[in-house]
Amino acid sequence: MGHYILRRVLQMIPVFFGATLLIFLMVYSLPGDPIAAMFGDKAADPATVANLKHQYYLDQPLWKQYLHYMNNILHLDFGTSFTGRPVSEIMKDAFPVTIRLALVAFFFEIVIGLPLGLIAGLKRGSIADTLVLLITLIVISIPVFVLGYIAQTVFAINLGWVTATVQDSRDITQLILPGLVLASLSLAYVARLTRTSIGENLRADYMRTAVAKGLPRRTVIGRHLLRNSLIPVVTFLGTDLGALMGGAIVTEGIFNIAGVGNVLYRAINQKEGPTVVGIVTVLVIVYLVASLVVDLLYAVLDPRIRYA
Amino acid sequence: MSTVADQTRPAREEPWTGPLLDVRNLHVEFRTRDGVVRAVNGVNYSVAAGETLAVLGESGSGKSVTAQAIMGILDMPPAAIPEGEILYRGRDMLKMSKEERRKIRGQKIAMIFQDALSSLNPVLPVGFQLGEMYRAHRGSNRKEAKAKAIELMDRVRIPAARERVGDYPHQFSGGMRQRIMIAMALALEPDLIIADEPTTALDVTVQAQVMDLLAELQAEYHMGLILITHDLGVVADVADKIAVMYAGRIVETAPVHDLYARPAHPYTRGLLDSIPRLDQKGQELYAIKGLPPNLLRIPPGCAFNPRCPRAQEICRHEVPPLAQVTEDDGTPVAGRGSACFFWKETLHDG
Repeated sequence: MGHYILRRVLQMIPVFFGATLLIFLMVYSLPGDPIAAMFGDKAADPATVANLKHQYYLDQPLWKQYLHYMNNILHLDFGTSFTGRPVSEIMKDAFPVTIRLALVAFFFEIVIGLPLGLIAGLKRGSIADTLVLLITLIVISIPVFVLGYIAQTVFAINLGWVTATVQDSRDITQLILPGLVLASLSLAYVARLTRTSIGENLRADYMRTAVAKGLPRRTVIGRHLLRNSLIPVVTFLGTDLGALMGGAIVTEGIFNIAGVGNVLYRAINQKEGPTVVGIVTVLVIVYLVASLVVDLLYAVLDPRIRYA
Repeated sequence: MSTVADQTRPAREEPWTGPLLDVRNLHVEFRTRDGVVRAVNGVNYSVAAGETLAVLGESGSGKSVTAQAIMGILDMPPAAIPEGEILYRGRDMLKMSKEERRKIRGQKIAMIFQDALSSLNPVLPVGFQLGEMYRAHRGSNRKEAKAKAIELMDRVRIPAARERVGDYPHQFSGGMRQRIMIAMALALEPDLIIADEPTTALDVTVQAQVMDLLAELQAEYHMGLILITHDLGVVADVADKIAVMYAGRIVETAPVHDLYARPAHPYTRGLLDSIPRLDQKGQELYAIKGLPPNLLRIPPGCAFNPRCPRAQEICRHEVPPLAQVTEDDGTPVAGRGSACFFWKETLHDG
């Protein structure tokens, strides 16, 4: 196990460098000159431009820029955005917001998605099952931005239960509606995945054995059925948590949440190279760690999988 | 024991003298979209303490379904039991409450399944799965249950039981896994064990070891044993009596040696003839022609008639009852019956 983790961590290094290099190249190949854009319509003073270019290392060849940038990152210096704000500060503001929103969404995926799937899976073909299938199908087929605006209109504007936009992301109650909207798609997948998995395992031979042993029904279901059925669901949830951390551009946009997705979207529009590369670098790390955790979790849940 | 129990049968202290298990006119059907599958059509058999009944038949003959009906582990629906009784110590289990039946399962009647790998839970250690018996039925705590599990693994001669108690099913060999299944069935010293093809998934050498172990433990605990198999070789050494099933009916019953020596039903005859024999090396192997019937459309009359070399007109119209088999002089042979109109001819031609 220790060897496996070590190998996985070592594998992360080339992935990390490759991913950041790609992002770096893509951002700097975007058309337009960010320094010129800073001056708007006014004619730029050549001396100031040269100065700024030097300050942002833009006068160096690309490979030197990249090495310089990577060197800084290894010293945990993400550079300065073109507005003069350190990128690390921008991230320090955005990430906690996104983490809170992601956790709220994740919570809903588990407490709503799992039980729905469990009920539907245990009573296949029942009215409850049909309802779950129907509702999840609707949720999957409606785009998030439609669902988001409908939810906003109904619950904030018509019913007035919540504020239309998030005023303070530290107030969890304000994150309930955006969290639900953000969770909706994955929630539907969790419910369906759980339902399928339960349905399959329900017919497994070991379930028949568990019943034949005379175990009470709650033990048969809670211990034997769930332990096996939740393996694919837990791995899905793990990957999804990584994805949620990447921020939700649409949801954050609708509810005006200053999270990672929102910041990233603005940075791309404004060709804020340092901000984009900085945030994406952190996201790459989050993804890599999340997928490692999922793999390890898989081994814990299913003893047949052992990593040498 | 519940009060209902006390009204319908003698108090627990009085020894029960009748058969442990008495299956009477059992019918099981599966209601599917394509129609009603009649899997079991009036099965009668009984097992006494210390006795081994072998139930023999091809796939789809209803032998496993009967066993599952006895255990109460059929999925109902789609399965249904429209008729029949399953008497355990004289009480009809089909009339018991769910909770009463659950208490019998594993504790009084236990079952061993064919494929131990898929029948054991892959994500729980074997020791835990063994210990569950004590935790569910005896209220043992985790630690006691584990100690009992080690004891059980020793009983079924699993080497290094103490070290292996935390291992998972996939870490054991096929034979060892089946020993664990046997240990699980044995855990609470039940009155009756139903073994559904316990050795089919094993190598021949391991088969013999597992069968010997099962027979030994059965004798030691004086348990009844129902051995379900399609393998005539497995049966010969361990069974006391045999019931041969075909299309959900028992077509022949006999003490084990009588059946081998002189079968009284053409189907049994066919089964015995299809065993490969060394003295017939090089000759074509005998096979019963045709296929087992589709249980959605069991042929009228004797279900075996389309495949039977002896079939006459009557076989296509009337269902033959299980008739008492007698000697030439008319004295009935104990425990022998044949559901064939021409059992006499079959018996003597052998």
